[in-house]
Amino acid sequence: MSTTVSATTGDSRPAGPARAPATAAPPASARRAGRRRLGACALLMTPFFVLLVAVFLVPVGTALWLSFFGADQPGLGFGPERTVFVGLRSYTAALTDPTFLGGLATVALYCLLYIPLMVLCALALALLLDSGAVRLRAWAQLSLFLPHAVPGIIAAIIWLYLYTPGLSPVVDLLARADITVDFLGINAVIPSIANIAMWSNLGYNVIILYAALQAVPREVIEAAVVDGAGPVRTAVRVKTPLLRPAVVMVAMFTLIWSMQLFTEPMLLSQSAPLINSRFTPSMYIYDAAFTRNNYGLAAAASVVLLACTIALSYGVTRWTNRADTAEEAAR
Amino acid sequence: MSATTPALRPRALGRTAVNTVVGISVLYTLLPVLWLVLAAAKNRDALFSSDLLSAGDFSLAANIGDLFAMDGGLYGRWYLNSLLYAVVGAAIGALISTACGYAFDKYRFRHKEKLFGLVLAAVMVPQTVLALPLYLMASGVGMVNTFWAVFVPVLFNPFGVYLGRIFSRGYVPDEVLEAARVDGAGELASYFRVALRMLGPGVVTVFLFQLTAIWNNFFLPMVMLSDQQLYPVSLGLFAWNSSATVSPEYYPVVVTGSLLAVVPLILAFMLLQRFWRSGLTAGAVK
Repeated sequence: MSTTVSATTGDSRPAGPARAPATAAPPASARRAGRRRLGACALLMTPFFVLLVAVFLVPVGTALWLSFFGADQPGLGFGPERTVFVGLRSYTAALTDPTFLGGLATVALYCLLYIPLMVLCALALALLLDSGAVRLRAWAQLSLFLPHAVPGIIAAIIWLYLYTPGLSPVVDLLARADITVDFLGINAVIPSIANIAMWSNLGYNVIILYAALQAVPREVIEAAVVDGAGPVRTAVRVKTPLLRPAVVMVAMFTLIWSMQLFTEPMLLSQSAPLINSRFTPSMYIYDAAFTRNNYGLAAAASVVLLACTIALSYGVTRWTNRADTAEEAAR
Repeated sequence: MSATTPALRPRALGRTAVNTVVGISVLYTLLPVLWLVLAAAKNRDALFSSDLLSAGDFSLAANIGDLFAMDGGLYGRWYLNSLLYAVVGAAIGALISTACGYAFDKYRFRHKEKLFGLVLAAVMVPQTVLALPLYLMASGVGMVNTFWAVFVPVLFNPFGVYLGRIFSRGYVPDEVLEAARVDGAGELASYFRVALRMLGPGVVTVFLFQLTAIWNNFFLPMVMLSDQQLYPVSLGLFAWNSSATVSPEYYPVVVTGSLLAVVPLILAFMLLQRFWRSGLTAGAVK
C-alpha cells in the first residue's frame, strides 16, 4: 500500500498550509499572501485528490494486495482471519492458465491489426481534410465524428445486427452477389470487432489530428510549395513529421483503450458462440472475479494487464523519443 | 486554410479522388446510424426481412410506445437513471477537475510536476483493474447495488484535470489574477468570480467528454448493480439484448431503445460544437 501513503503525503503538502493563515504571525505580508495562495490552491485541489485517493489509489493498492494475499475460502472477500500471504501463487495461476494467455494473444492480435489501421486512416483523412480539396469540410468532419456520440454498447448492437444473417442488409446484399461471409466466424471475428472500434473512434482521432494540423505554421507549408513540393509531397514529407506528437498521442490512447477491450466482445458473445467468457483479459478478469469469485486470480490478472499497458505505453514513448533524437542528430 | 493560396490547390483529378475517399468514409460512418433510424422506424416484419428501404409501414411512434411499455416501463426508468448519472455526474466532475487543473496552472508548490504525473498516470489504468477493488470497497460500506456505487467513481476524471490546466494557461491571463489581488479579492473569490467565467468553454468541453464517458459507461454498472431499477440505459439494453437471443420480441425494443439512447449525446455535441472543437484543439496542440 506504499502508493497510497506517498499520495496522501503528496496531497497533504498543499493542504498543510491551508490552516496556516489563521495562526501565522504577520512578519511579512508577502509570506502571508503566499500562504493564503497555497491554502486556496489546496482547497481547489482537495476534491479531486480525495477522489483520486478513494477511487484510484486505494483500489490499485487493493488490487495489488489481493493479488498477493488469498483467502482460504474465496468468495468471502475480506475475511481477515483466514487471509494468508500466498506470494506469487495467483500470478502463477493466471500466467499458466491457457485461457488467460489466449486472451492476451487475442488482444495482441487485435492491437496489431487495429492500431496501425486506425492511425493510418485517421492520419490520411486528416491530411485530406486539410488539403483544402474537400467540399463541405465542416459537414464531413461532423459526420465522421457522429459515431463517437453513439455509446460503445449501442455501436456493438448496431454492428451485431449488421453482422447477423436474416437481420442484416449487408449480409443480404452480399448473399445476392453470391458472397457468404460469416462475420462472427473464426477468421473474421477479430476484424469484425476491430471494425466496430474503428467505426466508433475514427472521427474522434481525425478531429484531433486535424486540429493539430491547424497549428502547423503556414510559412513552413508555403516554403515547401515554393520549393516545388506538390500537395502529396507536402502532406507526407512536411506535415506528417510535424504532426508526430499528435500521432503519438492518438496511438497511445488507442493502445490504452485496446488493451481494455471488453464492451464489444462482451455484447457479441451473446450471439457468437466463438467468443467465450474469457475472450479478452478484461473479460477474463470479470469472469474470474464475478463468476468464479476467485478474487486473487482476478487481481493478479488485472495487475498483469496493468503492467502490460504501462510497459507498452512506456515502450511507445521511449521509441518515439529515440526516433526524435535520432532525427535531430541526423540534421 | 492552406487552400486559399491558388498555388496550393490540387488539380481537378486529385480533387475528385480526395472527395471520393472522404465521401466513402462519411458513408461508412453514417450508414449504420441510418440503418438504426430505419430499423427503429419500421415494424417488426420489415426488420426481420432486412427489408428496410421499402416505403410504408412507418411505425416509429408505435415502436416507441412498445418500448416504454415493455417490462412495465423499465426503459423510461433507465433513461432517467442515465440522465441523472451522466448530467449531474459530469457537471460536478467537470467543476472538480477544472478547479484542480486551474490550481496546477496558477500555483507553485514543491513536487507539483510529480503530482501532475500521478494524475496523468491515472488516465492509463484500465477500468477493469479498478472494478473489483471498487466493488469490494463498496460492499464493505454497504453501497453495492446503490446509486452511489456508480455515481461516485464516475466523478473521477484525470483527463479533465489535464485539459483544465491547458485551458487555464490559455484563457486566464496571470495579469487578471494580479489585478484581482491588487483589488483585494480573496484567492477563492477571484477563482469563482473571475477565472471560472473565463474558463467557461473549457468547463463545457470537460463536461461534454465526461458526459459521453458516463453515458457510455457499461463495465462499472455491470459490476455494481443487480437491481434493474438502477440500471443505466447501456446496461439495460445489454440485458434486453441477451434476452433477445431467447425471446425475439426483444429485438425491436433493443433497436428503438438504442436509437433513443443516442439522441441526447448527438444533441449535446451539435449544440455545444463550438466548445468541444476548441477543447480538442487545445488538447491536441498543447
